[in-house]
Formats: sequence, structure tokens, C-alpha cells
Amino acid sequence: MGSIELKSVRKSFGAVDVINGVNLTIPDGAFTVFVGPSGCGKSTLLRLIAGLEDTSSGQILIDGKDATNIGPAQRGLAMVFQSYALYPHMSVRGNIAFALKMAKQPVDVIDQKVKRAAGILNLTDYLDRKPRQLSGGQRQRVAIGRAIVREPKAFLFDEPLSNLDAALRVQMRLEIGDLHHSLKTTMIYVTHDQVEAMTMADQIVVLDRGAVAQVGSPLELYNKPNGLFVARFIGSPTMNIVTGPSADKRGAATIGIRPEHLQLSKTSGEWSARVRIAEHLGSDTFVYVEGEGVGPMTVRAEGEAELKPGERVFLTPIEDRLHKFDKDGKRIGA
Amino acid sequence: MATQQTRVAGRLLVAPSVILLFLWMIVPLAMTLYFSTLRYSLLDSDNVSFVFLQNYGYFLSDPNFFSALVNTLVLVGSVLVISVVGGILVALLMDQPIFGQSFVRLMVIAPFFVMPTVSALVWKNLLMNPVSGLFAWIAHSLGLPAIDWFTNWPMLSVILIVSWQWLPFASLILLTALQSFDEEQKEAATLDGAGAIPFFFYLVLPHIARAITVVILIETIFLLSVFAEILVTTAGGPGVATTNIAFLVYKQALLNFDVGGASAGGIVAVVLANIVAIFLMRIVGKNLES
Amino acid sequence: MALKQSMGKRVGMSAAAWLIGFLIFFPILWTFLTSFKSELDAFAIPPKFLFFHWTAENYAEVQSRSNYLLFAYNSIVLSVGANIVGLIIAVPAAWSMAFVPTKRTKDVLMWMLSTKMMPGVGVLVPIYLLFRDFHLLDNRLGIGFVLLMMNLPILIWMLYTYFKEIPVDILEAARMDGASLMNEIVYVLTPMAIPGIASTMLLAVILSWNEAFWTLNLTTSNAAPLTAFIASYSAPEGLFWAKLSAASTLAIAPILILGWFSQKQLVRGLTFGAVK
Repeated sequence: MGSIELKSVRKSFGAVDVINGVNLTIPDGAFTVFVGPSGCGKSTLLRLIAGLEDTSSGQILIDGKDATNIGPAQRGLAMVFQSYALYPHMSVRGNIAFALKMAKQPVDVIDQKVKRAAGILNLTDYLDRKPRQLSGGQRQRVAIGRAIVREPKAFLFDEPLSNLDAALRVQMRLEIGDLHHSLKTTMIYVTHDQVEAMTMADQIVVLDRGAVAQVGSPLELYNKPNGLFVARFIGSPTMNIVTGPSADKRGAATIGIRPEHLQLSKTSGEWSARVRIAEHLGSDTFVYVEGEGVGPMTVRAEGEAELKPGERVFLTPIEDRLHKFDKDGKRIGA
Repeated sequence: MATQQTRVAGRLLVAPSVILLFLWMIVPLAMTLYFSTLRYSLLDSDNVSFVFLQNYGYFLSDPNFFSALVNTLVLVGSVLVISVVGGILVALLMDQPIFGQSFVRLMVIAPFFVMPTVSALVWKNLLMNPVSGLFAWIAHSLGLPAIDWFTNWPMLSVILIVSWQWLPFASLILLTALQSFDEEQKEAATLDGAGAIPFFFYLVLPHIARAITVVILIETIFLLSVFAEILVTTAGGPGVATTNIAFLVYKQALLNFDVGGASAGGIVAVVLANIVAIFLMRIVGKNLES
Repeated sequence: MALKQSMGKRVGMSAAAWLIGFLIFFPILWTFLTSFKSELDAFAIPPKFLFFHWTAENYAEVQSRSNYLLFAYNSIVLSVGANIVGLIIAVPAAWSMAFVPTKRTKDVLMWMLSTKMMPGVGVLVPIYLLFRDFHLLDNRLGIGFVLLMMNLPILIWMLYTYFKEIPVDILEAARMDGASLMNEIVYVLTPMAIPGIASTMLLAVILSWNEAFWTLNLTTSNAAPLTAFIASYSAPEGLFWAKLSAASTLAIAPILILGWFSQKQLVRGLTFGAVK
């Protein structure tokens, strides 16, 4: 139980509109990721849902009930902060139990719930430690444990992995994924990292300057970005964007082609280019080239392509994987 | 950055402090301003009349006011010079890798915690007494005549006492500022072949300039209203030799019972303090930004 | 520089620092020594530094002659009491300024600081007359209120700078966890800020303990703290140096010790956070 619906939600700080009219449905049990560049309003949107900020106008419905004007604690949502926001003076047990204490639950119930959460998160041995005695990953788990015990309608994650190193980030990503599978609770996850978004989400919400640019599953966004913004934002390395004659002849103002959808040849092709550098990753090679008349491009070549800087190559896009955009940056065709 | 509810709570919680301080500041100040326009003596409190600016005229044209103003400036200026220059030297010395630094620090900071009445009386009697004081004995031991401090050098005596109280403050704050001086910068300067003197003037002094400003301004605020030290040592004398503005207003009010005149003097003191305050607020305000 | 410093230079520097430290500290040490002398030894020329007949009778006499304990009690009650009340008012105010700042918060803070800069003599006359009319002269409540108002801006300022260092996330986490505002301040903010609150309190107690303008002008006997008690030794007939020293030692010892413990925080408090 935990569907969340936003109806024309607006938020402005003074004269600055941070969120301008967001309509969004987050289905019960789904893992939804808010993604966008910094300053797009994704964290503010999360805080509006949490109740840590007021909406300037619009409605927030939780389970179909209007929650716009009720306090954060009464919304039945739990939040995991970027900084973890653990209470430094309380033990792990105290941190996890705090919400239950505030809700005046009986001591034995609290104890039982804390133990269960600690069990799920492998924290049983650390219950009496203070947060400062824990590693980054353990702190992260305590923050999640604090959320779990409240049995919330939805979990809100605000860039929870950005303070971890790369290896730990991958591991925690998996753990959060597992948690979602076992709890089946609605989760909303904010990140600026499109890889996190692609790997974790059932539904991705791409935000641009306070508005929803596109909502969809990871593959929908990858295959059918509805505009240049999403096209550029989703996918790594970034989609190649071409304007000029090549776009004109295809009846578009701009065309986009992902690095993996460019065919590379040493003899002939649509665009001539010079190799700047080739990055050999083993399984793939990313080739950064300077195209003649089309500017810098990135090509993903299979295997261990032998290319030297300065070498002339030819590129040809796979026609049916081309994305066409009109002069306003909107997608043309299906 | 919060909800309406927390914002309202914020206003409510800050209100008691603001209201109390506002009343504390505005009510007496308004009364002082009002009294300063009255002929009002506590000895003759049935006979109060409005005289507009006459009290200011009397107060400002009183030769005692002029000498009190000079005394105030001399006291503030001398103590500032002694404590800041002395403080820089003491702080530089303590910033060296000396043995038992923390113990030296304890000794240096100690006088700041001594209440003004104690330091004044201890200095006046145990140290500066012309017959049995320690200074007299030292003078005699060196074959010099003992100095009758409070008779011949009353202002200097007060300045010494007050400087002793404020030198620790300056030392402590300047030492703290010095300690934040980047060690690598020091090493770089040594490698560049900077001698001790240029090193101090080109690198150290600019680094602690802000702390020095803060010390000067804060000390000035307190030094403008030095009172207890004068009350228990000289009572403003001999004559008016050590009467500063604070003490002059006190005398006018509680010894001469002249409410109107004392109030006018009080307002003058407020104006003087405000001139300093404006500078201090600028500095501290800048710190808020960073 | 530290590395290259020779041992000889280090010893020389240390000796110089110790000498300066000793000279600065000497008047306090001298007072302490004198407090254990007989009145005759106190006046002796040449002065007796350590080799005199040590006696504690001055301390006994200070109490019997002048009811020292009442003044000490007043000092403690006033400096601790006024600042506890001060903290109760200042903690919520500092919470508000640090975590729910408005456009005017900085102005309010600066204005609070400015009240500190008003010289006492500027308001001495009306305060004296008001206190006289409300029977607050030589009254603990009256002088306590004045001390409270003297320190309130400092309390709020210091707490504000400490609270600013606490991440707002943690308070928001508490809000999400269902803590009321009261619980948020009592269970989360206060325990986290305990070191800051303690040093704030310490500095405020030191300042109140040594406050000597209002205590001298508004109290005489019943509510008078040690500052006023010591001032009574300025009368010529009170010139008993050993007893003055004993009384002085008693008056400064507690605060000197507190001060030594809080010296680091002191810098921050006394400069309103401008030097840390």
C-alpha cells in the first residue's frame, strides 16, 4: 500500500520556481527513480513528497488521500538521507528505535522490530556501536534500518550512495534492489547518476528545470527519448548529436545516434573522421573521433579494434536506430 | 527551506529573546533620552522641568567632560597599544615549539578570569603601594626611589592594571589566529629565504590582521566603559585625573543625584560607543557571510 | 621551520616564554601566597616569598568578619541561575535562527550584538530609578535579570555558531521519524550540541561572575556578589592585605579553574565566532 500521486505541484522559493507544475503517478510497489542534472529540482520534489517542504500549489495524494497539508511524520513515509543523517549521540539500536519511541510503541515491540531490521541488514553485531564507529556502508545500512522499522508506505532515498566509493556503491545498489524485491514497498530514489537510474528503476522520471521531461521504463527512455534533453541524459557514453545537411536530408533539425549504433569502417561510410583516441576496455573499444563537418563523436566498437590517433575512419549510422528531433528538440515519429 | 509550520515555530521561539532584548534596550534608552531633557535632581524630585538640550550644553561645556573624554581616549588608546603589541609578541613567542606550551598558556590567560575589583585592589595594594608594595621593594633594590603610583601617575597606574587584564585576551586570540597559519606556507617562505622580519610583515601580519581588528574592536567596547577598576582604586581622582566618561556619568547620577545631567552624559557615551560599534558590526557581519 | 630549529634555540625560546608567562601570572600567584601570610608578613620588606609562617587563619577570618559565604552564594546563584534561564530562552531562539533562518535573521543577530555594545552608563539612570521604584535594588531577582540580559546576546550568538555546524538533515530525519519540535530540540539537537552548550554556559558564567558595573551599582549587601564584596576592601580601614588576598583568592579561584578548562571555546565566544 503506497501509491503516490502529484497533481500540478509547484514550489517556488521567493521568485524562483524550483518545481513548475509536476503531474506524476507513482504506482504502489514500484521502484521509481527521479533523475536529472543538479538543480533540476529532483531533491526538492522528494522533499515535497516527504513533507519537509510545503508545496506552493498543487496536491500530493498518498494512497488516494490528500496529504498536501499534513506533517512529515504523519505521512507514513520514511526517508534515507544523502548524509545518512544518523543521530551521532545514539547507538545503532537507538537510531533504529527512535521513530518507534516517538510513536510511543511498547518497549518489547520496539526491541523485536529493531532486532528484525538488524537481522535483515546484517547489523546485529553492531547494535551497541555509535555511528562514528561504523564504516560508510554500515552507516548506510543503519539509515535504511531506521526507515524499515517504521514499515512505511514508501521509502524515499535522497542520493543515498553518493558518499560511498565505487565498489561499495555497486554492492549497496544490489542490496537496495534486493530489499525492494523482498519488501515490495514503493520506493522513490533520487540520483543524478543515470547508471543508477537505469539499473535500479522500474520507472524513471527524468526532470529538467523543475518539470518532468519524460517518464518511462529504462528501456523506453533509452530507445525512445521524447526529446533531445532525455536523449542526451540517458545512455553512456552520451548520444552523438548531429545537425546540418545529414539531419536535413533525413527531414529533422537534429539527429541523434548512440555510440553503439555507429558502424565504423576504414574504407567508406557516411561521415569521414579522424581518430583522436581509442579507449580499449577489453570487451569494447570507445573511439573518440573528430568528424568532418559533424564535430566530435564517440563510437563504440566491438572487441579490440586496432586504431591509432590521427587515422582516418568512416562512420555510418544504423538507419533504424537513428533518433530524429525537430527544431524544438522534440522527437519526430515513433 | 522548511515548511510553514516550522517557520511559524521558528518565529515563536525567537520571539521571547527578541522581545526581552528589545525592551531591555529601548525602554531604558528612551527614558535616558527623556530624562536628558529634564532638570531633574533626586534631591529635589518634586521640581522637575523640561529644559530641552540644556543638560547637553552643561555636560559638554563642563571642563570635566572634556577631561573625561581625554581620559577615556587615553585609557582606551594606551591599553589597546599595550595589549595588541604585547599580545602579538606574546603570541609569537608562544607559537614557537616551546616546552610545556599548554602550561605557559594557562599562566598567560589567567589574568583575564580575575574579576576587575580583585585585580584593581591587588595591584593597588600588594604591588603598587609606595611603602610596602612589591614594586617599591624592587625599586629600592635597584637603588631607585619608590614610585607613588596613584599619587603621581594615577592614569598610568589604571592603564597598567587594565592592560594586565586585557593582554591575555589579545594574546589568546592572536595565538589562535597564528596557529591557523599554514605550516606549508611557513616552510615555503623559509625555502624562499625569507628572513624573520620580512616573514612577519609580509606573511604573518596579514594572516592575523583580521584577528587584530577583532581584538581592537572588542577591547574598545569594553574599555570605553571601564568602571570598577577606577571606582576601587582612585575613585576618579586625584581631582578628575582618572575620571573617564563612564565614571563621570556615575558620579553625576549616583553621587550628585543629577538625573538630567547624568542622562545627557549617558547619551553621549552611547553615541561614542555606537561609533565604534558600527565598525565592529561590519567586521562580524562579514564573518557571517563567509 | 620546526624541523630545523636547533635544540638550543628551542630551550632559549621556552625559557623566554616561561619567564613571560610567569610575570603575567605573578600577581595572581602573589595574591595566593599572601593569603597564607600573617598581616605582618604581608607587609614585610623585603617581601617574603615562600619562607614565612604559613597560616590559613585569613580564610577563617574573611568569613567571620564579613559573611563571605553570603556573597559567594550570591555569586553562584546569580551567575549560574541567570544563565540557566538564559539558556532556556536562548536554545530555542538559536535553533530557530540556525535552522529556520528568514531574510531578517542576520539583521536580528546583528541587532542582538548591538545591544551588547550599549554602554551601561547610557542606561544606568533609568535602570537605577526603575529598580528603586520596583524594589529591585539589592535584590537577587533584579540583578539576576540584568545579568541575564547582559549575556543573552552572547548565549544566542555562541549557540547559533555551534548549531550552524549541525547538519540540518539530522533534524529533518527526526521530523520524519515523528519527533515533535520539542522532542527534536530535547532528544536530538541538545545532546548533539552538548559540548557547545557547555562551553557557552561556561563562558556566560565567567562573564557574569566578573561583571562589575551593574553588580556594584545595583547591589549593596543582600544580593551582592563577590565583585561588590571585594570592592568593600577598597575602603582604607579595610586594608588588611592578607585578608584581602584570602578573599580575592576565594573569589577568583573557581572561575579561574573554569576558565582554564574553557579557554579554547572562549576565543570563539568572545569574538562572536569571528576567530575560531
